[in-house]
Amino acid sequence: MSALKLKKGSTSHSAYNLRPTFSDVIEKHTLAVLVENEPGVLARVIGLFAGRGYNIESLTVAEVDHQGHLSRITIVTTGTPQVIEQIKAQLGRIVSVHEVHDLTVEGPSVERELAMFKVAGQGDKRVEALRLADIFRANVVDSTLETFIFEITGAPEKIDAFADLMRPLGLTEVARTGVAALPRGD
Amino acid sequence: MRKRQTATSEHADMTRQMTGAKMVVQALIDQGVDTVFGYPGGAVLPIYDEVFQQNSIKHILVRHEQGAVHAAEGYARATGKPGVCLVTSGPGATNAVTGLTDALMDSIPIIVLTGQVPTFMIGSDAFQEADTVGITRPCTKHNWLVKETDKLSDVIHEAFHVATSGRPGPVLIDIPKDVQFATGSYNAPKPSTSHYQPQVKGDMEAITELVAALEVAKRPVFYTGGGVINSGPEASQLLRELVSSTGFPITSTLMGLGCYPASGKHWLGMLGMHGLYEANMAMHDCDLMINIGARFDDRITGRIDAFSPRSKKAHIDIDPSSINKVIKADIPIVGDVGHVLEDILKVWKSRGRKTNSAAVAKWWGQIEEWKKVDCLKFKQGPKTIKPQHALARLEALTKDHDRYICTEVGQHQMWAAQYLNFEDPNRWMTSGGLGTMGYGFPASIGVQMGHPDALVINVAGEASWLMNMQELGTAMQFNLPVKQFILNNERLGMVRQWQELLHGERYSHSWSESLPDFVKLAEAFGAKGIICSDPADLDDAIMEMINHDGPVLFDCLVEKHENCFPMIPSGKAHNEMLLGEADTQGVIDAKGSVLV
Ligand SMILES: Cc1ncc(C[n+]2csc(CCOP(=O)(O)OP(=O)(O)O)c2C)c(N)n1
Ligand SMILES: [Mg+2]
Repeated sequence: MSALKLKKGSTSHSAYNLRPTFSDVIEKHTLAVLVENEPGVLARVIGLFAGRGYNIESLTVAEVDHQGHLSRITIVTTGTPQVIEQIKAQLGRIVSVHEVHDLTVEGPSVERELAMFKVAGQGDKRVEALRLADIFRANVVDSTLETFIFEITGAPEKIDAFADLMRPLGLTEVARTGVAALPRGD
Repeated sequence: MRKRQTATSEHADMTRQMTGAKMVVQALIDQGVDTVFGYPGGAVLPIYDEVFQQNSIKHILVRHEQGAVHAAEGYARATGKPGVCLVTSGPGATNAVTGLTDALMDSIPIIVLTGQVPTFMIGSDAFQEADTVGITRPCTKHNWLVKETDKLSDVIHEAFHVATSGRPGPVLIDIPKDVQFATGSYNAPKPSTSHYQPQVKGDMEAITELVAALEVAKRPVFYTGGGVINSGPEASQLLRELVSSTGFPITSTLMGLGCYPASGKHWLGMLGMHGLYEANMAMHDCDLMINIGARFDDRITGRIDAFSPRSKKAHIDIDPSSINKVIKADIPIVGDVGHVLEDILKVWKSRGRKTNSAAVAKWWGQIEEWKKVDCLKFKQGPKTIKPQHALARLEALTKDHDRYICTEVGQHQMWAAQYLNFEDPNRWMTSGGLGTMGYGFPASIGVQMGHPDALVINVAGEASWLMNMQELGTAMQFNLPVKQFILNNERLGMVRQWQELLHGERYSHSWSESLPDFVKLAEAFGAKGIICSDPADLDDAIMEMINHDGPVLFDCLVEKHENCFPMIPSGKAHNEMLLGEADTQGVIDAKGSVLV
């Protein structure tokens, strides 16, 4: 067809050159989402992230208001400012979602995560693990002759740092809860 | 703005004991439902038993559950009331998925009731068990699995509330068979106390900012969409008032046709991929774009970074997620179109009804120049019927009727949008967002149910029509005189067009062999069939179709290789439109052809 300047037999590669022109700086945001505590609500939230290609860095969920039937989902996500805005708007239109808060922009907030580390070792390594745990204010919640289980709470970065230190000392298993967060003050 | 009718029963605030199955029927009656489209099966037999024992609700037995959902969509779009479907578990529910997705994309309020295996068998891979709420979670606005009969009536009432408030959409209620059999207490509908109460009033500060922009705009354009229709007929009225009093030009998406009359002075025609030259050029060159209830779909914007580069953009939408999703809005207004238009008019009038009329007059001068391109012109020869001609004649011969138009998906759909004129909202039913072949025929059945005496025409392609042709049985059984106007090019025309333009004319699987004899096919169902291939016979044949009291299958044999123009190829800007046939005949001036 002459109009498209395409020769007979050739192919135009993409019919979909539709990238938007928004900023491409990637930001990390912590969102607090209050949802109706009903079956399937977590699937709705996760399905939204999967279906629309958004990132989930961490996600925690538990009922926070038994009488009001509300659960709180804390999601740490990354994306361009426009994608973050979309995520919030998309969350907001889920019928079982009551409130969406962007803790990253709504003022100062406190983020905490709980983790458990199993460290196996003997001799000096075992002593060193215990010493570092003390510095990080990690508690020993279980021990055998060969292993410790440490419990540590803190900002995710602190937990990452503790994990880095434990690795050469015999870290065998990690369980992390993901981030829980609250805004400061009122 | 739409108000739903709720029949208040005598027992308004009393709770009554009844079975879950009876509750379903009672709740539908109390919600003002008069028509249900459905198909029975094991998991909904108790409900069908109740349907059998009442006369308030008409049940339309479709021939495939997809047909039920599209029929409910057609009914909803033509009446402004939510559409209702009743289907069985497993395959009944999975067959409804395409219709649900279609309704979600086009924001159509429908309520789909599905049967489910009994609660104690859920999860056991029981016969005809499917995870219906799981499967339909991404294609409904909301869905529910009801495990207790006592909760059933409240869930049904809430489902109507959710489907019809805010941005409308499809909802689904999955009802296990034991819940249908068990007895529980029924609650009559009452004003919703649910936390789901979308904002309908727009922010007054933003509205004032928009009015200030209207007052100084030199090259304004209203870009309207399905949101105007969904907001209700009052919104279309307010839009008409705003357009006529400002004198600004107006265009609309495929979904918004009819919100402003095609005969109106300020009408530019549809915009977008197959929109009119003047509409797309106005969008490209405007300095103020007022988006009312549209969503900057990719079929509208074309290449994003070249989309209307010099305009300030206001965006009115009831769904906050539509705003800034694709195109950055300079003046975002979240709210119901009707409410927001009312406030815009109020503020604009109170500030003295100002516009920059000298500049707007100059803008109209430019638009008149674009109109001279006459982008929809075509040449009808003596031999073969051009599809455009068939539609132009259909328009001429039916425009004075109380007429509703549905379409399938493909070239014929775009030609219908271009060559048929819509004067009022709710008269045009087409699958916009999902582009579902097979939508139009069942939709026309739904429309006819809502408007028994109207002339309901489905403009179809032969390939699309075959996708839900079984519904001819439904049309016959319920005496629904729907007219199926098939523009038969023996091709998957739109696919063929893309292959011609973008894939080196390699026509991979884009034609249909072994097409049925449509006249015989009609006759096999007891319907009337008409075939027409000679332009000279066309008017008489169309009249015969209109005058026949019953379903008609009209096989209109048209030019096989006609392309649909204008066309903005995907990934191109509005001013890079192909004008097609007109180009090759050298009818565009030098300035016009450099645009192609
Ligand atoms: C269910 C479905 N399958 C495939 C497509 C892709 N598609 C879009 S238009 C088209 C051809 C339609 O042919 P026809 O109904 O004869 O209409 P025409 O374009 O010839 O007017 C196809 C296959 C679709 N839109 N829907
Ligand atoms: Mg065809």
